[in-house]
Amino acid sequence: MTILVIAEHNNAVLAAATLNTVAAAAKIGGDIHVLVAGSGCGAIGEAAAKIAGVSKVLVADDAAYAHQLPENVAPLIADLAKNYSHVLAAATTNGKNFLPRVAALLDVDQISEITSVESADTFKRPIYAGNAIATVQSTAPIKVITVRTTGFDAVSGEGGSAAIEQISGSGDAGKSSFVGEELAKSDRPELTAAKIVISGGRGMQNGENFKHLYSLADKLGAAVGASRAAVDAGFVPNDMQVGQTGKIVAPQLYIAVGISGAIQHLAGMKDSKVIVAINKDEEAPIFQVADYGLVGDLFEIVPELEKLV
Amino acid sequence: MKVLVAVKRVVDYNVKVRVKADNSGVDLANVKMSMNPFCEIAVEEAVRLKEKGVASEIVVVTIGPAAAQEQLRTALALGADRAVLVESADELSSLAVAKLLKAVVDKEQPQLVILGKQAIDSDNNQTGQMLAALTGYAQGTFASKVEVAGDKVNVTREIDGGLQTVALSLPAIVTTDLRLNEPRYASLPNIMKAKKKPLETLTPDALGVATGSTVKTLKVEAPAARSAGIKVKSVAELVEKLKNEAKVI
Repeated sequence: MTILVIAEHNNAVLAAATLNTVAAAAKIGGDIHVLVAGSGCGAIGEAAAKIAGVSKVLVADDAAYAHQLPENVAPLIADLAKNYSHVLAAATTNGKNFLPRVAALLDVDQISEITSVESADTFKRPIYAGNAIATVQSTAPIKVITVRTTGFDAVSGEGGSAAIEQISGSGDAGKSSFVGEELAKSDRPELTAAKIVISGGRGMQNGENFKHLYSLADKLGAAVGASRAAVDAGFVPNDMQVGQTGKIVAPQLYIAVGISGAIQHLAGMKDSKVIVAINKDEEAPIFQVADYGLVGDLFEIVPELEKLV
Repeated sequence: MKVLVAVKRVVDYNVKVRVKADNSGVDLANVKMSMNPFCEIAVEEAVRLKEKGVASEIVVVTIGPAAAQEQLRTALALGADRAVLVESADELSSLAVAKLLKAVVDKEQPQLVILGKQAIDSDNNQTGQMLAALTGYAQGTFASKVEVAGDKVNVTREIDGGLQTVALSLPAIVTTDLRLNEPRYASLPNIMKAKKKPLETLTPDALGVATGSTVKTLKVEAPAARSAGIKVKSVAELVEKLKNEAKVI
């Protein structure tokens, strides 16, 4: 068995999600190869070669792969996949974008967002927003899988010495082009990688009030998230959303501020190690999953918390 | 241009599902079913394209049991012109659904296909991308803005760090994210009118599509329950617990 892991990167930095995905591959067992598809991504290839447990790195360096547009990278991956038993990518917006396209090109089903590897062909994955966990078995000749990164502890990004091989694919399919992107600039850690996450909900009342959370987050070295209610109300951008339809996080500490705890929000954070809920409504469902609950006015509690930590 | 919208009948998003005692699945008996929320956004986007004069006809399609006609009628009430039901009582994989949709695309020849990014039951997030692969069309997934310009569509996508915009040649596949639009409610006169709009029923056999799957569900379990902890009385007590008991700060 040889497993192909698709590296998550932006041509400058190898994303930590790759290390979680390699961890899932290691649980399946067998040789692990990593594909770095990008443009000017030689340094990413070198970084991938250092990942513990990786035996080979394939680098496809082509302007057509710069933004990993699925029309261009899916044929490249599908072509390579024929030599592999499994193809894994992180269940990031990027992995979720191109990998089903790969699976369909290979005429195999995809297994989405696995959280556990039971054996080389059997996996667990959440369904119904995490309200049920399905154990699924695949008989596909090539198992195409996205990996929920919070389900697997990252392997070390150092210590490996994989061989690097340059490869090429068919390049630009001529169907799509990258126009631009607006990336949120933040000095805070990335939501899905942060050890501490502080999220605000409808109880924040407006976007301006999120400053209380940013200020506390900066003191704790935390990332700031939001519930869907807060995003829908226009308080903060959607990339801050934690939940079934947003990001799935599992930090050491999750502080939910002014969040009632709708099922779809819980789906995104209930695997956190310690959950703190701050809410004025003592009946809020969030308290049913919180390790520590504090009932009261968040506008008094959050500044006080900032002083005391 | 013609727009095809694919929708799915799923358990209503307000229902808290329960796992069956024999671990064969979740209990859907006597549970309220609705159109998948992301599919509602897809229908709304198509209707807005028609209102802007970009779309000339909206065809709504679903793959599902006979009861899924209910969701097609909802889409017709919201503004779709006609409906296609590909009737299948089986629970189909995303790949099988994509193959059936490909057969419908071949028949209808739409310029744009809009789907929800994921269904809230299986949480797969695959069908749109797979349909794009099978048709060979470009894909704009997790869309928060869709602008048709000539023979291209610009799609702004919700990505992990923010937003990305791509230009796709038509015909193309778009999957919707939450902020694309806020779906309207159907008015009573439109609900009445929808009953008279055409609804065609097809079968996988008639479309010549095999719907087998390589993935088998062995069991479905309830997630490990998280028990409620304690309520603390003050911020000082909370900080003390986090430092000394949980040791997370």
